[in-house]
Amino acid sequence: MALDPETRQQLIETVRRFVNEVCRPNEQLLSETNAIPDAIVRQMRDLGLFGLSIPEAYGGLGLTMEEEALVILEMGHTSPAFRSAFGTNVGIGSQGIVMFGREDQKHDWLPKLATGEAIASFALTEPDSGSDAGSVKTKAAKDGNHYVLNGSKRFITNADKAHIFTVMARTDPDTPGAKGLSAFIVDRATPGITIGEPEKKMGQQGANVCDVVFDNARVPIANRLGEEGEGMKVAMSVLDRGRLHIASLSVGIAERLVEEITRYGSERKQFGKPIIEHQLVMGMIADSYAEAAAGRAMVLNAVRKYDAKDKITLLAAATKMWCTEMVGRVADRAVQVFGGAGYIADCAVERFYRDVRILRLYEGTTQIQQIVIGRELQRMAKAGEI
Amino acid sequence: MKVLVPVKRVIDPNVRPRVKADGSGVDLANIKMAMNPFCEIAVEEAVRMKEKSIVTEIVLVSIGPAQAQETIRIGLAMGGDRGILVQTDMAVEPLAVAKILKAIVDSEKPDLVITGKQAIDDDSNQTGQMLAALLDWPQGTFASGVTKEGDKLNVTREVDGGLQTVSLSLPAVITTDLRLNEPRFASLPNIMKAKKKLIDVKTPADYGVDVTPRLQVVKVAEPKKREAGEKVADVDALIAKLKSVGAI
Repeated sequence: MALDPETRQQLIETVRRFVNEVCRPNEQLLSETNAIPDAIVRQMRDLGLFGLSIPEAYGGLGLTMEEEALVILEMGHTSPAFRSAFGTNVGIGSQGIVMFGREDQKHDWLPKLATGEAIASFALTEPDSGSDAGSVKTKAAKDGNHYVLNGSKRFITNADKAHIFTVMARTDPDTPGAKGLSAFIVDRATPGITIGEPEKKMGQQGANVCDVVFDNARVPIANRLGEEGEGMKVAMSVLDRGRLHIASLSVGIAERLVEEITRYGSERKQFGKPIIEHQLVMGMIADSYAEAAAGRAMVLNAVRKYDAKDKITLLAAATKMWCTEMVGRVADRAVQVFGGAGYIADCAVERFYRDVRILRLYEGTTQIQQIVIGRELQRMAKAGEI
Repeated sequence: MKVLVPVKRVIDPNVRPRVKADGSGVDLANIKMAMNPFCEIAVEEAVRMKEKSIVTEIVLVSIGPAQAQETIRIGLAMGGDRGILVQTDMAVEPLAVAKILKAIVDSEKPDLVITGKQAIDDDSNQTGQMLAALLDWPQGTFASGVTKEGDKLNVTREVDGGLQTVSLSLPAVITTDLRLNEPRFASLPNIMKAKKKLIDVKTPADYGVDVTPRLQVVKVAEPKKREAGEKVADVDALIAKLKSVGAI
């Protein structure tokens, strides 16, 4: 149930204060140590951030998508690795269970995910299966009361900390493509699972991605999410929501960058006046502000439609595509406004410039969003909806 | 033990206040408001005492406009049990606040009142002391540490010469200093639960207190702009400079 305006405002202001007082002063430390200080993770747990989207009945906050988006917009005002610490519990790691889990599966895992006692990851991508999600090779072969999983997953966010994985694997080797896939909840403690070393990444230091290798990992049949062959349905439903989450994050970061360039532009003087008074610089700042504002409007429109249970695939793809591309443009301008200072390692805009590059890649690349949008429009035209 | 914690709604400490053009006060139009930081410390101390099972109930009181209810809600989200809003749109001075609080103490009968040592808007630093006087209760002001020993509370006070510890019989009044604790963030689940906690709405008249101001604000002005400093070459130059401006 949606919160009353006063409670919602308090919730958002508390997150804003947490971002300003706890996260922002530690951005540099996070970047240098490639880890979020334990004390901050504890504070995130105490705040309840891990349970934003998990229903109240299972110990979460049960926020609507709009409320979740408003929280994530605030989290965008600091290094996105902070959000990543709880992002998989709120999004792709837990939502398969929330949307498709049986009562016993929800009961077993959601309360622990809501408090952050357990971390959930989403394991779809493989070395040979990225945008072509239907080409997943990891096998799940039935053997008595178990499925035996074999295969490798790649770039799995939070895998190094995860207690459970939502894994997409092929249960029907004779059915190629998406229809042969099923989704599983896999306990990290299952023998036969190896987690690789965290990858060295371009940005978002402090948020790790690793390989996850399954070598005859036996997963109880009871851990399957939904029916056999429903894996892609689970993945796509999770990703629709995830795309709105990433779009919200992108807009939040764009807003932070507008703040950075406005402040810097007002302080930095060249040719005898603040650079914001030079029209070419002013133009970059104005464009960035307008685009961030447009992104916020787009996100809020989409999340409200999601909460109203409108069909969201088309709009979610469009929103994710536009907002992530937008923050890329804003980050690029931010470095330009800062000039040489913006190219120096660990200046905030230099960090964000690297951090935002991934947003156009995960949860479906821009090109995949274009395909989703194009196909969906074509389908609507054929169905006479356009 | 039952604790009463007054909480004041003030201008957010992170906001830069602006003086009204006519110099009659601080411009509060469209300004973000928040709980007075010293009151936040008072709530935190009460919540910690509750967590240690020293305290059983925390009652929060705010005296101010209808929006002060939001301030009480924040305290309830931090761990308060219920609230009392004494609603008035008048500027309430420390003595009036102390009188209202005394009336509330008479009806609520708490064992302890924890107030902030002062509010950051008018920096009066009077309410706690006036309340203790009106109640004829012992007071431990500027507390930087509170511990329970038997049926007494030891309050460490930050005084000019260092630290002083006083032992208070209950009931008592404590006012909090900055270093007493670091207030927690209200957790998001508790913010949602706080909505269900009870807030009684009263008026100063309910307590028979006349809040008509006794003080008159003559003028409010921006602090003088800081002038640029001056660098001196060495200690001798520094001494000469200080002498020339009559500082030594």
